[in-house]
Amino acid sequence: MEHTLSLTKQKATRPTMADRLQRWLPKIVMAPTMLVTVVCIYGFMLWTFYLSLTNSRFLPSFNFAGLLQYEKLLDNDRWVTSVTNLGIFGLMFMLIAIVLGVALAILLDQNIRQEGAIRTIYLYPMALSFIVTGTAWKWILNPGLGIEKLMHDWGFTDFQFNWLVSQDMAIYTVVIAAVWQSSGFVMAMFLAGLRGIDSSIIKAAQMDGASMPAIYWKIILPCLRPVFFSAVIITSHIAIKSFDLVTALTAGGPGYSSDLPALFMYAHSFTRGQLGLGAASAMMMLAGVLAILVPYLYSELREKQS
Amino acid sequence: MNKHFTFGRLAIYSGLLFFCVVYLMPLFVMVITSFKTLPDIKSGNLMSLPQEWVGYAWQKAWSEACTGVSCDGIKGYFWNSFRMVIPAVAISTLLGAFNGYVISKWQFRGSQLFFSLLLFGCFIPFQVILLPMAALLGKLGLANTTAGLVMVHVIYGLAFTTLFFRNFYVGVPDELVKAAKLDGAGFFTIFFRILLPLSTPIIMVTVIWQFTAIWNDFLFGVVYSGAETQPITVALNNLVNTSTGVKEYNVDMAAAIIAALPTLLVYVLAGKYFVRGLTAGSVKG
Repeated sequence: MEHTLSLTKQKATRPTMADRLQRWLPKIVMAPTMLVTVVCIYGFMLWTFYLSLTNSRFLPSFNFAGLLQYEKLLDNDRWVTSVTNLGIFGLMFMLIAIVLGVALAILLDQNIRQEGAIRTIYLYPMALSFIVTGTAWKWILNPGLGIEKLMHDWGFTDFQFNWLVSQDMAIYTVVIAAVWQSSGFVMAMFLAGLRGIDSSIIKAAQMDGASMPAIYWKIILPCLRPVFFSAVIITSHIAIKSFDLVTALTAGGPGYSSDLPALFMYAHSFTRGQLGLGAASAMMMLAGVLAILVPYLYSELREKQS
Repeated sequence: MNKHFTFGRLAIYSGLLFFCVVYLMPLFVMVITSFKTLPDIKSGNLMSLPQEWVGYAWQKAWSEACTGVSCDGIKGYFWNSFRMVIPAVAISTLLGAFNGYVISKWQFRGSQLFFSLLLFGCFIPFQVILLPMAALLGKLGLANTTAGLVMVHVIYGLAFTTLFFRNFYVGVPDELVKAAKLDGAGFFTIFFRILLPLSTPIIMVTVIWQFTAIWNDFLFGVVYSGAETQPITVALNNLVNTSTGVKEYNVDMAAAIIAALPTLLVYVLAGKYFVRGLTAGSVKG
């Protein structure tokens, strides 16, 4: 009763300055973030889009040039190589990281002693920066001193491993390092998923005499479909953004054989004075992310509504 | 399940152990290489232990090695990273806490839409904002400064910090807030007296997530820092790719470990919060 009383009393008197301030406070507190989001994310996105439609070179110019930069981009050998590389790198990285992640999660889910310690070991690469990972693997994959020499010393004298300096194979060294860095994280996601499955389903299947592999293949993995989706989204996101790892590991080389769109964008925008072309390549990267993200969000929202 | 020793158990343990070796191998190689002399590196191989453990590569990496044109080691850049990461983490966490509080407990028209816009924003490839941001930093006189880098990291970290706090505060019963409102508590009183004291776990997650992300960042560092303000990741890359003189792999490895040490330390000391941050970051969809 007291509450209602005080409420009606408040309504009766005219709101004071302090009351009004209280009402506006949440909005005032959020305002900086809102401003920054609108300007520094969406505004900048549009700015870059506009830049990609101009003939900007060293300095931004505002001469409209239509789709000229996009035409140049598609004619550019280095761009075509970058996109092809992203396809190779992205698919291989996602596939290997997810298969490995699932496998490790299943193995770890078998009442393992020292599970915590093993999990810590699998996950620690995720705490490192891609620059550190790239530096480490550059040394390990070094032809002549790295793995190649190790195998020679161990008696495999014919062993050859020069992917790092090979035009055709350099991009695969990026896959190796990226899988090493991120597969533990995928494992953690699947382990969390496995722990969330109702164990009574599994017990029932066991009573029916199903073997463990059959239970995993037919019951558990299908249950993990949402986790697979998230894993695909996250790993593809890592792949498209990959910049540091390649910079440290191969610097896009030899030549530009292991270039990726992110490196292409950086090189053209900041060292080669091709702002328009850089902006166009950035927009293409955005389009790539949207192509993955929008259908995903759409299906998520639909699921929530139904 | 059968816990007795069987062939299957043996296979599982060997598989797990094999991958432990695979994941640990690079770190092992880095550490032993950093303690070798150059002739030792040439005569031995990746896995051979140093003939004599020497620390000079560490000393050289820290205070003498050349990154680009200057030859003062990476110590200056190591501290640059701290000067950048501490204010950036503090500001983005504080703003994230306020935003999460508003979005979960003081919803207003459009606050949900705004939250979606913000979240969507954290998925864009940052290449899309690099050029205009460079122009803005130039206009503000913050180009090539640590303050500029702090600003960039705060802006693009807000989506995550807001998400973390919002998800945490959604779990705090609304009744608590309603009761406090009826007792006459205002916006800030409720936050500081009721929600903040509950927030230790989510503050830990957010701080660790932001610390790791900002410390490990390379893209913003390489684009927006000047010669004097480079963070450690940029300096490490310059050091490793400086092509003058003999390649000193031991110094490279020592520098890489120094660059990795703060985040590794955080991971070892507060691993559970780190993992929680990773998984919370992945739920966002």
